Amino acid sequence: MAGIFKMMKSIITYIKEVLGGLRSLLKGMRVTGHYISHPKEIITQQYPENKNTLKMFDRFRGEVILLHDENNEHRCTGCTACEVACPNGSIEIISDRVLNPETGKKKKEIDKFIYHLSMCTMCNLCIESCPTDAIKMGKDFEHAVFDRSLLTTVLNRPGSKLAPGVED
Amino acid sequence: MKFDIYDFSVLTASIHESLGSMMGETAVIITEMVIVGIIFLTLFAVLGLILVYVERKIAAFFQQRLGPMRVGFWGTAQTLADVIKLLLKEPLITKNADKFLFNLAPFIIIIASFMAIAAIPFANGLHAFDIDIGIFYITAISSIGVVGVLLAGWASNNKYSLIGAMRSGAQIISYELSVGLSLLTIIVLTGSLQFSEIIESQREGWWLFRGHIPAFIAFIIFLIASTAETNRGPFDLAEAESELTAGFHTEYSGLKFAFFFLAEFMNMFIVAAIGATVFLGGWMPLHFGGLESFNSIMDFIPPIFWFFGKTAFIIFLMMWFKWTFPRLRIDQLLTLEWKYLLPINLINILIMAFFVLNGWYF
Amino acid sequence: MKKEVVNEMKEQEYFINMGPQHPSTHGVLRLLLSLDGEIIKNVEPHLGYIHRSIEKMCERDSYKMIVHLTDRMDYLSCHMNNEAVCLSVEKAIELEVSDRVKVIRTIMSELTRLSSHQLWWGVMGMDLGAITSFLYGFRDREMITDIFEETCGARLTMNYNVPGGVMFDIPDNFQTKVKEFITHFRKKLPEYDDLLSNNIIFRSRTEGVGVLSKEDAISYGVTGPSGRASGFSCDIRKQNPYSAYDRVDFKEILYSTGDCFARYKSRIDEMWESMSIIEQLIDNIPEGSAREKTRAVIKLPKGEFYQKVETARGEFGVYIVSDGKKSPYRLKFRSPGFSTLNALNTMAKGSKIADLVAIMSTIDLVIPDIDR
Repeated sequence: MAGIFKMMKSIITYIKEVLGGLRSLLKGMRVTGHYISHPKEIITQQYPENKNTLKMFDRFRGEVILLHDENNEHRCTGCTACEVACPNGSIEIISDRVLNPETGKKKKEIDKFIYHLSMCTMCNLCIESCPTDAIKMGKDFEHAVFDRSLLTTVLNRPGSKLAPGVED
Repeated sequence: MKFDIYDFSVLTASIHESLGSMMGETAVIITEMVIVGIIFLTLFAVLGLILVYVERKIAAFFQQRLGPMRVGFWGTAQTLADVIKLLLKEPLITKNADKFLFNLAPFIIIIASFMAIAAIPFANGLHAFDIDIGIFYITAISSIGVVGVLLAGWASNNKYSLIGAMRSGAQIISYELSVGLSLLTIIVLTGSLQFSEIIESQREGWWLFRGHIPAFIAFIIFLIASTAETNRGPFDLAEAESELTAGFHTEYSGLKFAFFFLAEFMNMFIVAAIGATVFLGGWMPLHFGGLESFNSIMDFIPPIFWFFGKTAFIIFLMMWFKWTFPRLRIDQLLTLEWKYLLPINLINILIMAFFVLNGWYF
Repeated sequence: MKKEVVNEMKEQEYFINMGPQHPSTHGVLRLLLSLDGEIIKNVEPHLGYIHRSIEKMCERDSYKMIVHLTDRMDYLSCHMNNEAVCLSVEKAIELEVSDRVKVIRTIMSELTRLSSHQLWWGVMGMDLGAITSFLYGFRDREMITDIFEETCGARLTMNYNVPGGVMFDIPDNFQTKVKEFITHFRKKLPEYDDLLSNNIIFRSRTEGVGVLSKEDAISYGVTGPSGRASGFSCDIRKQNPYSAYDRVDFKEILYSTGDCFARYKSRIDEMWESMSIIEQLIDNIPEGSAREKTRAVIKLPKGEFYQKVETARGEFGVYIVSDGKKSPYRLKFRSPGFSTLNALNTMAKGSKIADLVAIMSTIDLVIPDIDR
C-alpha cells in the first residue's frame, strides 16, 4: 500500500515538474514575443543616415580644439600649463620670444600648438588646467584616417594671433 | 497548357499529354523526372536564400534592432552576397584527412534532404512522389543524414570535430524516436501512412483540433523533437559558438560549408512541412465540419498558400525557440529525451488508441 | 605486459587550450585545461596578455593623472576605481569634501554598479546560448551611458572624480533623467527574471554547478557578489562605509549555497538594492561646492595609505607608498578579479566543459583588471 502511495507521489511530482518547466518556458517566450510584435520599439539607429539629427551633449569629449573668434584670434599665451598637465605628452607647445613693437619688451608668443590625437586619452586634464580658457573639447568623433600622420595636427590656425587683453 | 490554381493536377495532366504527343513512353518519363529534379533544385536554392534572410530579420526584431539593411532594398540581397563570399573562399582540406570521405559527407546530407523533400505534398496535385508508405519513407530517409554528420566529423582528422560529431549523432538518433512516435499518434487517427490520404482525412477539420488533448501533446512533443533533430535552437550544443569547437563542420570552408549550412535550413523546412501536413492539414484549408459557408470562404484561398502559410508558422515557432532559450548541455539533452519525452510519448499513444477505439474524437 | 597496457589506457588525460581568443573568457585569458574525457581535472590560468604596466606608469605621474589610468583597469566600474584613488589621496592630505560631493559620488557609483551588472547579465545569457539577452542588457545600459555622457562627457572612461571633488557639477536635468531611468528599469528588471532566472533550462545549467564553500571563499579572498553568494559577509559599504553610504539604508545580499545560481541571484538582488539606494539619495542632494580647492600639484606626506571600495566585482584597494614627492614611490592595486581567478580551479574541478563556461560567466571577470 505504501509502495503504491509513493509511486503516485513520484508520478505527481514528475507531472508537476514537466508542467512547471513548460510554464517557465512559455513565460520567457512571452517576453521576446512582446518585442517582435512591437516593432516601433526598435532602439537602434541607422548611422550615416541620422547625422542630420544627431546632437552630441555639451560636455562630450571628442578632441581638443583651440578656440578662435571671428578675428582669427586665440587666447593661448603659451604658458604650457596644459603640456605639464597632460599625462602622456599629447600636447607640445613651441613658442618663441617675439619683440612687441609698442612696448619694446620681448614677450612669449606661441608658434605652434602641436596636438597628437593618436595619443590623447580625452581625460580633460588639459582643459582644466588652462588659466585663460583657450582650449576646449570639441564634439567631432569621426577621427578615423588612412594615414597616421594626419593625426598630428597644429591647432592654431595660420595667421592667428593672441587676442588683446589676455594676460598670463 | 491549362492552369488552375486550385488544382494543380490539371496543369500536370496537360503537360503529360503534350509531352506524350511529342515523344515515346520512356522518354516522357525521363523528361518528367528531369523537369521535377530541376524544379526541386531551384526550390532548394531559393528557399535556402529566403530562409536565411528571414532568420536574420526575425532574430533582429526579437532583439529590438533592424537586421541587414544595407545590401539591396532592406537587405534582401544579403544572402546572395554571403553565398558569393562563401564561393570565393579557399577550399582547404586538412593534412592526413581522408579525402574521399571528407568530400563525400556534405553530399550525403544534401541527398538525404532532397529525397525527403520529394515526398512532401505542396498543393492539390503538386505532389512528386505519392508513395503509399509516405511518412515511413520520410522518417527512414532523414535517418540517412546522420551518416553524413558522422562522416564529416571522422574525416576531418580533428579530435574536437569528432567529439562534436559524436554528440550530434547521438542527439539526432535519440530524437528521431520521438519524432516518429509523435507522428504515429496521428496515424492512429488517420489509419493510413500515405500523405494524400492523411490530408484527405482532414477535410472536416485539422487533426490538431479534432484530436484534442492527445493530439495537442503530440504536437508539442513533435515541435521539441524536431528542433532537436535538426540541431537547432536550444539543442545546438554541437555547433555552438561559445563552446570549444564549432562541431563537426569546423574544418569545412567554402562551398562545402555552404552545403552544411543550406542543409540545416532545408531540414528545418522539411520537418516544418511534415508537421504542417500531419497536424495542421497540409494544403487543406481550415474547415470545421458542418459550417458550410465558413468552409467555402476558406476555400477561396488557394491550397498552395495554405501550405506555405502553415509551414511558415511552424518555422516561426522554431525560430522563436532558438532566440529565447539558453542551450542545454549534452547530458541534459539526452535525459530530456529518454526520461521525459519517450515515456510521455508512449503513454500518449496508448491514450490516443483508447480514444479512437471508443470514438471519443471529433 | 598487462600492467603496461592498463597504464597506457589510464593516461587518457589531454590538454586543451581555452585560448586567449575565445568568445566566453571575457577578455584575453588563457586557460590550460587538462581533461579526462569530458571531465575537467585541472584549470590553469595564464595571465599577462593585456599587461600595460599601469602601476609603473603611476610612479611617474602626479596624483591627478593617476585617476585617468584607473578608468582603464576595470572599465565597467570606472567611477568606483576613480573614487578609490581620490579617497585615498584625500585621506592622506586630510582634505574634507563637502556633502554634495559625497552624495554625487555615491549616486554615480551606484549607477556604475547597475550598468556593470546589466552588461554582466547580457553576457551571461549570451554565453549560455540565449543571445537575445545580450541585446536587452545593452538596451537598458544605454540610458545610463547617456546620463554619463551628459554629465562627464565620456561613456566608458569617464575620469570624473578628482582629488577634492568631482570635475564638473551635475547638469540641471540630472535628477529628472536618473528618476526616469529608475522608473523605466524597475519595469524591465522583472523581464530579466522571466527570460532567464525562472527558465528551467537555465536553472538546470546553473544549480549545483561550481560550488564554492564559505571557507574556500574566505581563504582565497573572493569578495563581491561571488563571495557573498557563498555566505562570506564582506560588503565594504556596510563594514567600512565611505562617501554617503552611512546615511542610506540597504540590505547586504547573502546566500549560502555558493553555486552558480546563488551568484546569479545575488547580482540580480544587488541591482534592486542599488536602485533603492539611488532613490533614497536622488531627491535631496545637498547644496555646496562640487569641488574643493587643492593645490595645483598635490604632494602627499611621507607614509603608507590604503583605501578600499566596493566595486561591482568585489573589494578594490589602492595602496600608496609616498615619500613626499609629487608622484608616489610605489602604488599597488588590489584587484578583485585576481583573487577570484585563483578560486576558479576549486570551483571547476570535476565539472564538464559546458559547466566551465557557466562558471566563468557567473564569477564575472574583467581581465584588464587582473592584468593591469
